[in-house]
Amino acid sequence: MIRLSVFQFRAQAVTAAAALTVFAVILAASGPHLYGMYHSSGIASCQAHGGCVPLATSFVHNLAGFYAVFYFIGIGLLLLVPAVIGAFWGAPLITRELEAGTFQLAWTQSVTRIRWLAAKLGVGALAAMITAGLFTLLLSWWSSPVDTASPLAENNGVMFIRLGYALFPTRGITPIGYATFAFALGITAGVLIRRTVPAMAATLGCFAFIQIAWPVWVRPHLLSPAHATVALTSANFAGFAAGPGGMTFVAPPVVPKLSGGWVQSFRTIDRAGRLFNVNLVKVCRGSTFHACQNALVRLHLRDVIAYQPASHFWTLQWYETGIFLAAAALLAAFCFWSIRSRRLS
Amino acid sequence: MGAVIETSALGKRYRRTWALRDCTLAIPEGRVVGLVGPNGAGKTTLLRLAVGLLAPTCGTIGVLGKEPASGPAQLAGVGFVAQDTPVYSRMSVADHLRLGAWLNPTWDGGLAARRIAQLGLDTRQRAGSLSGGERAQLALTLALAKRPELLILDEPVASLDPLARREFLRGLMEAVAEHEVSVVLSSHLVADLERVCDYLVVLVASRVRVAGEVSALLESHHRLSGPRRDRSTLPAGQEVIEESHTDRQSLLLVRTDEPICDPAWTVKPVSMEDLVLAYMSRASVDRTRRLEVVA
Repeated sequence: MIRLSVFQFRAQAVTAAAALTVFAVILAASGPHLYGMYHSSGIASCQAHGGCVPLATSFVHNLAGFYAVFYFIGIGLLLLVPAVIGAFWGAPLITRELEAGTFQLAWTQSVTRIRWLAAKLGVGALAAMITAGLFTLLLSWWSSPVDTASPLAENNGVMFIRLGYALFPTRGITPIGYATFAFALGITAGVLIRRTVPAMAATLGCFAFIQIAWPVWVRPHLLSPAHATVALTSANFAGFAAGPGGMTFVAPPVVPKLSGGWVQSFRTIDRAGRLFNVNLVKVCRGSTFHACQNALVRLHLRDVIAYQPASHFWTLQWYETGIFLAAAALLAAFCFWSIRSRRLS
Repeated sequence: MGAVIETSALGKRYRRTWALRDCTLAIPEGRVVGLVGPNGAGKTTLLRLAVGLLAPTCGTIGVLGKEPASGPAQLAGVGFVAQDTPVYSRMSVADHLRLGAWLNPTWDGGLAARRIAQLGLDTRQRAGSLSGGERAQLALTLALAKRPELLILDEPVASLDPLARREFLRGLMEAVAEHEVSVVLSSHLVADLERVCDYLVVLVASRVRVAGEVSALLESHHRLSGPRRDRSTLPAGQEVIEESHTDRQSLLLVRTDEPICDPAWTVKPVSMEDLVLAYMSRASVDRTRRLEVVA
């Protein structure tokens, strides 16, 4: 049955291999030049003796059009790969057999339905893992100079930290977990909906929702954050906001210590440790930014910041990948139960 | 004589409607069994239950003495050609034979290759571009090369033209003669079955109306015509299956194991088609009567 699964999977395998080859050729052609620029910029050695900010800033800003654009294309592509695997490999796995009636051929050979599904699912999941793994490996290698330089550069820290919304799901091993999960999600949608196109649409919809909801509601709680208390000075003051209803804050300062860390929450306290309300400072209402900044700095305020330090990257990666693989296993178990209880034909 | 398929109070419900209900039958081995009934009688449901594609809602079914699709050995014993003979349209004929070899330990590659050669099929051709008749032959080849003890075919010729239909049934009969396989073949067309079956099961509204060896059934049923008389005046051993009356004449189809001695009747033999139609129309009359009683 494994031989048949591999045989029937060859069209998808060829597509994946072709896409990977194109991707690899582009990266291999441009990667050495990117690494060359990185090495000649001096960022690699600056971290020992400081002074990285101007070097990193100039490196990031000097990236030619192609490199800047392809950096984002890479991120988009890696976000797309698991969704495509789920919709185009997972969803049709069973619905195609139901729609063409070929399940009547497949499930009446001398192989039980359970073994049929096990082989189909095993081959597909393995292919999904390898595909996503190769994509992320290639992209992680190519992007590494930019990923290292971006957080060090001026005004560039939040979007490009490795723990942030864009890089965390497109680097390391998380894409492998997502791809396996999306594949199982696709099969499950097929089992429940039984028609290919609606099952594909449902897979894409569900997976997109999870991709958006997960970093907002779940990822911050996977690992307890580190805390830092930072005094507010005119050097690190980044801004403030006065919201309606007195909900106000002073923005977290840019601190080298947090570099690459993912700020989850922060509050501003005054000298006595009470929560500070920026609305109480009269200068800050209707006055200039500088007048307000000077007034605030004189109050000896501190920001208490909860953040995931950059060192949590791999721990969080393993946690998240593990959770998605476990979820994929649960979905697969549901599919086995469905096919065993013959709810499909 | 063992039964290849044995069911007891078997029923299958889809949501609220029963596709098959309270079906009890035993199909003997070593026969070519025609399962005949009108559309919607539950033939396809019964056969899908028999190959394990469906699970019964109630009752039991045993095929070759085991629960259908309960394991590789049970599956290996049953060959199935589904309605409209589905095949993988993007796989070639050779790929299908490979599929059969990979999935069946009892696969007879020589038999499969011989049959494909006899049919004159190009093994490189995609199954999707085969004609209906060729596709049906490919599906039959897959089922036969498994070397099953029981071959189940669900309306295999319903969508074929008369020539392809004859070719298919001839191929089937050759294989049956060669390999001593029990066959259950469903159809709503009696003419197809007449040529090949030696055992008949008439299924109407999921109930078995009559079952038996074809020759015995034909011997025990007679068409009688004569002066008008009421069915209650017939001898006790004669069961009226169908009757029609004019003012002066009666036309009956009766079942009896004894010879008909009444000289008033003109006795004629029945054809298989007469017999099946008589049982089908009796079933619908029964149903109407039952409805009247309920009303």
